[in-house]
Amino acid sequence: MASRKTDTAGAPGKGAPARPGLPGGRFAGNGSLGGQLVKISLLGLFTALGVWAALPLYVAGNWLGIALVAGVVALVYAVYLSKRAVPVKYLVPGVLFLLAFQILPVLYTMSTSVTNLSDGHRGDKQQAIAAIEAYSVSSPDGAQEYTLTVAVTGSPETGDLVFLLVDDEGSAYAGDAEGLTELTGATVEPSGKVTEAFGYSILTPAEVNARSEELSEFAVPSGNGSGIRSSGLSSAFEGTATRVYDEGCDCVTDSETGAVYHADDERGAFYDEEGQRLAQGWQVGVGFDNFARFLFNPTFASSFFGILVWNIAFAVSVTFLVFVVGLAVALTLHVPQLRGKVVYRILVVLPYAMSSLAMFLLWRDMFNTDFGLFNRMLGLQVDWLGDRWSARAAVILANVWLGYPYMFLVATGALQAIPRELGQAAQIDGAGPWQAFRNVTLPLLMVAMTPILIATFAFNFNNFNAVWLISRGGPFSPDNPTAGATDLLITYTYRLAFNEATAEYGYAAALSVMIFLIVAGMSVISLSRSKALEEVD
Amino acid sequence: MRFRSAPVVTGIAAIALMATACGGGGEGGGDDASAEGALVIWSDPERADAIQGAAAEFAEANGIEVDVQSLTFGDIQGDLLNAHQAGNAPDVFIGAHDWTGNLVRNGAVQPIELTGDSAAGLDETSVRALNYDGQLFGVPYSQENIFLMRNTELVPDAPETFEEMVEVGTGLKDAGDTSEVLSMAVTQEGDPFRMNALFGSAGGYLFGQDDEGNWDPTDLGVGSDESIAAMERIAEYGEGGEGVLRRSIDLENDAVLFYEGDAPFFVAGPWNIADADEAGVDYAISPIPGFEGEGPATPYIGYQAFFVTEGSSNSALAQEFVTNYVTDTDFILSLYEADPRTPVQLDALETVSADDPNIAAIAEAGAEGMPMPSIPEMGETWEPLGIAQAAIIGGADVREAMEAAHETIAGQIGE
Repeated sequence: MASRKTDTAGAPGKGAPARPGLPGGRFAGNGSLGGQLVKISLLGLFTALGVWAALPLYVAGNWLGIALVAGVVALVYAVYLSKRAVPVKYLVPGVLFLLAFQILPVLYTMSTSVTNLSDGHRGDKQQAIAAIEAYSVSSPDGAQEYTLTVAVTGSPETGDLVFLLVDDEGSAYAGDAEGLTELTGATVEPSGKVTEAFGYSILTPAEVNARSEELSEFAVPSGNGSGIRSSGLSSAFEGTATRVYDEGCDCVTDSETGAVYHADDERGAFYDEEGQRLAQGWQVGVGFDNFARFLFNPTFASSFFGILVWNIAFAVSVTFLVFVVGLAVALTLHVPQLRGKVVYRILVVLPYAMSSLAMFLLWRDMFNTDFGLFNRMLGLQVDWLGDRWSARAAVILANVWLGYPYMFLVATGALQAIPRELGQAAQIDGAGPWQAFRNVTLPLLMVAMTPILIATFAFNFNNFNAVWLISRGGPFSPDNPTAGATDLLITYTYRLAFNEATAEYGYAAALSVMIFLIVAGMSVISLSRSKALEEVD
Repeated sequence: MRFRSAPVVTGIAAIALMATACGGGGEGGGDDASAEGALVIWSDPERADAIQGAAAEFAEANGIEVDVQSLTFGDIQGDLLNAHQAGNAPDVFIGAHDWTGNLVRNGAVQPIELTGDSAAGLDETSVRALNYDGQLFGVPYSQENIFLMRNTELVPDAPETFEEMVEVGTGLKDAGDTSEVLSMAVTQEGDPFRMNALFGSAGGYLFGQDDEGNWDPTDLGVGSDESIAAMERIAEYGEGGEGVLRRSIDLENDAVLFYEGDAPFFVAGPWNIADADEAGVDYAISPIPGFEGEGPATPYIGYQAFFVTEGSSNSALAQEFVTNYVTDTDFILSLYEADPRTPVQLDALETVSADDPNIAAIAEAGAEGMPMPSIPEMGETWEPLGIAQAAIIGGADVREAMEAAHETIAGQIGE
């Protein structure tokens, strides 16, 4: 099977000079039938995927998207049907996935971070204006209610809409875009529904529904700026839009209170002279305001930097402790004369094997002041999660418990790869056990462990579950309920973005970008340092 | 030369294969298209089947398919706002009345007009709760509020006042019959939803109201003297006082304490009833008692409602559905069968109360309750107020905590 797979990768034909060292190149000369078939079906699948992706784009009229899809499909065809560019054949899938699932989200987050996208600023200006006008239609108490029958003059699909209206007293009217006229000679049911009227064709519910969009804007003018609007299929109401947008002054006038709200395109909302805004705003670019807010605004900056310091302390201490504990256990179980090693190893790995979600919840309950395991067993009355330092200790403790088995596994593997003779040689040279460990075993171990430690650090830096499930970021002080003592940047960001109150996506995106930069920066620095370490060894 | 053309052959074969596959899948494509013409309703899983069943008649009468999709109730608001922004929102969805302000702020719902007759058939407060800025935005169909559940084996009679309840509970605790006086979730982050019953009884308030019952976000009452006095009264029962209200009682253990007989009283909600029946504890439901010499307890009332999405391509039928079908007694009764919650449709409530004493008792417990404010500013109060309340229960200075919360909320609203 393996050789067939390499066949499908394709390679320079007979005529091309053989390039040494390229995997698959030597085998792919002619291409077996099986390989060709696999290639055909994979390409077919991929094309189907492209068509599947393009159809909704076509429906939505997104030509740029279709061009992109076509471009990707064409690229894949070009790469896999050509006999050149063998390395590209290996790189293309990875690069495509990297673009789709890593680079694009990062770019999207970055573009969101310079907008004010948040509740009340989700749509564009047109949508905001439409909502403001639609929501201001008020029908005064005791306004006329009509039983409605929707009809048209002409064909059901395109004819002009006419409202056949019957009021409480049973008088029938026909209302069109011009206004209301009396309707005579119509058959009216006791319910008030019109079943037949001369010159009008009455629409079925499905036909009415098909023209929903038109209906939502249709109003029969009834004088004084009021209109009769439909509500569902069978009732209509008289109402007046009290807020009207005027393009000339780019403002909304409230005819009831006389207030004028001017559009503020920098803040994305309509404001009156006293600074009161209309609730419906729109999305605008705000440049680096979101970044400035947590970097320079005193309240936000103190939260941000406070959380950043704790976040680093959390990630460092968890990484350090899981390493020390995991390594200690691994060394203990590495002693050759120990019996029952397998049983011990299974026991140690158990916490790692259980669902961490359930374990975090369990740990939270164990920290409960009155009913928790810790206080009951130790006879204490510590409010573990209510005090900032004990809560931090609790979060670290729970996380170390769940994290050390992994370190133990890795360390055990690495220890077994180190020849015992090295340690023995050190002893013969007169080194004590500590010296032998410190100067011989540990440096060799670190070569294997450093990348793991960096990964553990990066993982714990954004360890959302550990904090959210145990303490929810708390305890909080009443002065600053958005930033808790155990909050990581990621839980803080989550609370800002998905807080039920006001989702602040723009600000949360700016924080995410910062987290991305911090983690990326730290990873680059530590990876380059670990490379230096390897070279020394 | 033969191999030169191999790529071309391969390419053509791949496309041909794809075309055949698409030909075979043609029927599937047809299904998709018809689903697009259906009236899509988002519901929580408990009610999805009931709505699907009840809507069948509507679908037949109007020549449209009804497609009910179920989501976790708590996710509906956020998902709807995102879907609305992306242009693939449902036509109708179920929501809580206190979402109204935020939905309106985002322009995600359509105003609804109810005929006088339909509106008259609904509980008046429920209709007012779904009004925002003088417009109706949803059609309410059920309500829920918290109440006091007591273990009738230990306490045969409902307490009249909070003091009486604490006295009875303390007596049982001292006698060793129970280990707790009252099980009321406070949690580390505070629970302003439950606490409002006592907070309101002692005279505290969050937002002022105008004569028509509209909430006034500029009249924030968290740091007012009344609210501080109310929290001082509550603090007497906190960890620094009688120890009846404690942060260690949270949403994980509050029900268990009651079901296992460790607490004689339990501040519970309709969602606890099924478990209580299953636990086999003898219980009775009564209103949460207010403080002696103060007003009655004011549990929040939450209403569930049907909303119509702005921009729905089936808005005519969607409006028809919520205005004429959701107000229909039979429809409400079929929803009740699926998920027993107190209906707000008056005829349905009467029918249901006659059969189920719990529903009547819950409705009575909510008689003095207040609809949760539906203004978007309300959302900003939960966290700061909860944290302040939890701190106060834990023994913090009342004035300091409440004034800090007031300042935070005022700052967030003012932004």
